[in-house]
Amino acid sequence: MTALTRWIRRNLVVIAGLGTLAYLILPNVVVLVFSFNKPNGRFNYQWQRFSTDAWTDPCGVADLCGSLSLSLKIAVWATIGATVLGTMIAFALARYRFRARPAVNSLIFLPMAMPEVVMAASLATLFLNMGVDFGFWTILIAHIMFCLSFVVTAVKARVMSMDPRLEQAAQDLYASPAQTFVRVTLPIAAPGIAAGALLSFALSFDDFIITNFNAGSTVTFPMFVWGSAQRGTPVQINVIGTAMFAVAVLCVLVGQLAGARRKRS
Amino acid sequence: MATVTPDAPPADAPVQQAPVRRTAVRKRLVPYWLLLPGILWLLVFFAAPLVYQASTSVQTGSLEEGFKVTWHLQTYGDALSEYYPQFLRSVLYAATATVLCLLLGYPLAYLIAFRAGRWRNLLMVLVIAPFFTSFLIRTLAWKTILSDGGPVVGALGSLHVLDVTGYLEITAGQRVLATPLAVVCGLTYNFLPFMILPLYTSLERIDGRLHEAAGDLYARPVTTFRKVTFPLSMPGVVAGTLLTFIPASGDYINAELLGSTDQKMIGNVIQSQFLRVLDYPTAAALSFILMAAILAMVTVYIRKSGTEDLV
Amino acid sequence: MTQPSSGGDVRLDRISKTYGSFTAVHPLDLHIPAGSFFALLGASGCGKTTTLRMIAGLEEPTTGTVRLAGKDITDLPPYKRPVNTVFQSYALFPHLDVYENVAFGLRRRGVTSVKKRVEEMLELVQLGDFARRRPQRLSGGQQQRVAVARALINHPQVLLLDEPLGALDLKLRRQMQLELGRIQAEVGITFVHVTHDQEEAMTMADTVAVMNGGRVEQLGAPADLYENPGTTFVANFLGTSNLIEAEITDKSGGDLVLTTAGGRLALPAGRCSAPVRTGGKLLVGVRPEKITLSHAEDAGTVPEGRNRISGRIAESSFLGVSTQYVVTAPGCPEFAVYEQNIERDPRLVPGAEVVLHWNPAHTFGLDAAQNIDAGTERDEEAV
Repeated sequence: MTALTRWIRRNLVVIAGLGTLAYLILPNVVVLVFSFNKPNGRFNYQWQRFSTDAWTDPCGVADLCGSLSLSLKIAVWATIGATVLGTMIAFALARYRFRARPAVNSLIFLPMAMPEVVMAASLATLFLNMGVDFGFWTILIAHIMFCLSFVVTAVKARVMSMDPRLEQAAQDLYASPAQTFVRVTLPIAAPGIAAGALLSFALSFDDFIITNFNAGSTVTFPMFVWGSAQRGTPVQINVIGTAMFAVAVLCVLVGQLAGARRKRS
Repeated sequence: MATVTPDAPPADAPVQQAPVRRTAVRKRLVPYWLLLPGILWLLVFFAAPLVYQASTSVQTGSLEEGFKVTWHLQTYGDALSEYYPQFLRSVLYAATATVLCLLLGYPLAYLIAFRAGRWRNLLMVLVIAPFFTSFLIRTLAWKTILSDGGPVVGALGSLHVLDVTGYLEITAGQRVLATPLAVVCGLTYNFLPFMILPLYTSLERIDGRLHEAAGDLYARPVTTFRKVTFPLSMPGVVAGTLLTFIPASGDYINAELLGSTDQKMIGNVIQSQFLRVLDYPTAAALSFILMAAILAMVTVYIRKSGTEDLV
Repeated sequence: MTQPSSGGDVRLDRISKTYGSFTAVHPLDLHIPAGSFFALLGASGCGKTTTLRMIAGLEEPTTGTVRLAGKDITDLPPYKRPVNTVFQSYALFPHLDVYENVAFGLRRRGVTSVKKRVEEMLELVQLGDFARRRPQRLSGGQQQRVAVARALINHPQVLLLDEPLGALDLKLRRQMQLELGRIQAEVGITFVHVTHDQEEAMTMADTVAVMNGGRVEQLGAPADLYENPGTTFVANFLGTSNLIEAEITDKSGGDLVLTTAGGRLALPAGRCSAPVRTGGKLLVGVRPEKITLSHAEDAGTVPEGRNRISGRIAESSFLGVSTQYVVTAPGCPEFAVYEQNIERDPRLVPGAEVVLHWNPAHTFGLDAAQNIDAGTERDEEAV
C-alpha cells in the first residue's frame, strides 16, 4: 500500500497532466463517435444508433460544403496577405533602428491584447458608416488585420535570433543584396514565416466572432455551425470536424518523420 | 615593407571630408517602406475603427434617422447601470477560467517539458491538434458530454457533487448545462491550449540541471518547484494568463451555447445590441468600457508581475 | 589548388571610422604587401575588426580610401570585391550542406562547373567525406576548415580572417595555426588576420600590427616587436616585460648609463625609443626569460659587464619546462623571472636573497610619459 502511494506521489504530475490531456481530447472523441450517429431529431446530441450515412455523403446538407470552401478560400488569402505584410513589418522591426519603433511595437501588440468582440464591433461600425457592403471582402480585410500581429511576432523572433554575420558572409561571397535575401535570409527565416502562416491559417479558418460581425449574410463554416446550433446540427459537421483533425495530425506526423529522417542523414 | 604613419597626414593630401552618401539616405528609408503597407492596414482597419467606435458611443439617433455626434455621455451611464451584472459576470467567469486553466495546464506543460522523453512530440501534437476541429464543433460536443441524464451528470449526481455545487449556486438541480459551471467549463476548455503553449515554452527553456542543483542544495522536490521552477516559468505564466483572460472576458460563444439567459456575458450583450437591436451607440459604449477595463487590468497586472519586457 | 592565384597588396590611406562621437579607428595609413601574412593584434575594442571589415566592405569608412592592387575599392560593395572573409564563429549557412556552403561563392559569380573545384577544395581541407553534412553536425575544427575552404575557393586576392581560431580549444588551435600557415604558403594569397592572441599572431604572421585604442601602436616582424617594443602597451601585451623607472645619468660609448632604485644599469642607445637627454626619465625594460637568477651567496661569480639587481624571491611556481619566480626588488615589487629547468639550484626558494643579472643588450628603453601598466589586462578576454 505504501509502495502504491509512493508511486502515486512520485507520478502525481504525470497523472494530473494526463488528466488535463484527457479533458482536452474528450470533445474530439465525442465529435468522432457522434459522426457515426443517426439521430432521431434535428439535433445530434444524443446517441441513437450506428450509421455511416454522414461519412458517405458529407456534402448532403445544404450550404455546408459551400461554407467550407468559402472558409478555406478566405483562410488561404488571409494567410497570404497577413504573411506578406507581417513578414515585412517583422524584418523592419528586427533589422532596423528607427524613431517610430516603439509606436509600431505597440500597434502590433494591441490587437493581441484586445478582446475580439471589441475589434469586431468597431471594424463593423466603420464599414457601416462608410456604407461598405458586408461579404467576402470585409471578412478578408478583418482576417488579415487580426492575423498580422501573430505573423509579426513569429517572424520577428526568428529573424532576431539569426546571426547577422550570415548575411555578411553571403555578401562577402559575391551575393548581391537581392541574392542574399533569396538565398540566405529567406531560407533561414522560413521556419518563422511558416509558423506565422500556419497560425494565420488556423486563426482565420476557425474565426467566428470577428466574422460574425463583418460577414453580413455571407456564411463561412464556423458561421454555418453557429447557425446549425440554433436550427439543428447535422451529423456532417462532425464528419468535417473529424476529417480536419485527422488531416492535421497526419500533416504533423509526416512533417515530424521527414524532419527526423533529415536529421539522421 | 609595411609602413605606418598614424595621425600625420601627407603634406599635400587634401583633408578628407566624409561625404554624405545618397545610398545612406535611401537606406534609412528602407524600414519605412517595409512597414508602410502592414502598418497602414492596421491603422485603417484596427486603430481608425477604435476612434470611430469612440465617436459612435457619444452619438444619438436611430437607424432610420441616422446617427449624430451629440456628446451624449449618458449612453455610458445607462450602459453601465443596465449591464453591470454582465460586466461583473464576464470578469468573474474569465478569471475563474484563467485560474482553472493555470491549475490544469501547468501539470501538462510540466509533464511535456520534463517527463515526456520521447513522447514529447506526440503530446505536443495532441495539445495542438484539437485546434483544427472548429472550436464551435468542439463546444457543441460539450453539450453532449454534459447533457441531462448523460453519464457525466449521472456520476456527479450519484457522488452528491451536484448537491454541493447546487448549494453554491453554480449548478441548478440535476442539471449542468445552462448553469455557470457549464459556461466556465467551456471557457476553460476553449482557452486551455493558450495557457499550455506559453507555459511549455518557458518551462522548456529551464536547464534540467537546475533541478539537480536545487536538490543538491538540500531543496525537497516541492521546495525546488516553489523556489526554482515556478519563478523561472513566470514569463510563461504571465503570457498564458493574459492569452486566456483577455479572449475569455469578451467571449460570447460559451455563454450562448452552454449557458442560459442567466449566464449571459458582456460579449453577448455587445453582440445582440449590435447585430439584433442595432443600437450602435450602446454597443460602442459597452465595447469601449470593456476595452478600457481590460487594458487597465492588463497594465496593472504586467506592472505587478514585473515582466514589462514581455511586450 | 588548381590555378595559382596571386595576392594583391592592400593600401589604406587615412582610413578612419567613427560611430557618433566614438572613434573606433583613428585616421590610419597601412600598407599590406602582396603575398604577406599580416596580423592585426589587439585587445577587444581596439579597432582591429573594424579595420578588417572596412577592407571587406562590410563597414563604410568615415574617411579615407581602401586600395587593392592599386585600384580604389572604397565604394565597391562587399559582393564586388575580390576579397573573402573567414568570419568569427565561421557564419556557415545552416540551411546548406558543406558542399553547397563551399560552392556558394562560385555559384553567385555564375561559374557553371563547380563540382570538380568544390571536390578538390574539400580534399585540400580534408573534408571530402563530409560534403553532404550540415555544418551544425561538424566539430569546431571541421567547421573552421569549411569556412576557410568556402573563402579560398574563390581565389580572392586577399583573405581576411576574423579571429578564425577563437572558438577552438588550445591543441586544435595550434594545429590549425600550422595548417593555415601551410595553406598560405601554398596559395600565395595575401592573408590579413585579426586576433587578440599574441602567440597566435607571432607564430603565424610575418608582419604584426599591434593596435590599441583605434591606433596602430607598432608594426614589424614578430621578433622585432618582441625584442624591441616601442611602447609600454606593446611591451606588456606581447609577452611579459619587467619595467623599471630610471633616470639617464651618463652616456659612455654606445651605452646609456641609468640610475634606478635598484642600482646602475646599462642600455644600448640604439635600443631606446624615447628621446635621450641626460637627467631625463626613462622606463627600462627586460623580458623575464633573459634574466639569470643567482643566489646571493654566489654574487661574486656574476661576470662583469652584466646588468644586475638584488632582490628576494617572493613566489616560485614549477611549470615543468621552466620555473617562474616573482622577485621583490627595489623599484620593481614584482619582477618576473623565467628560468629553464636545466640545473635547478635547491636554494632558490621563496625568501631566498638573490641577484638578477642579464646581458645589457637585452635591455630596452621606453618613454616614461606612458602608463606603465598599459596592455597588462589582456588576460581578462584571452581564451
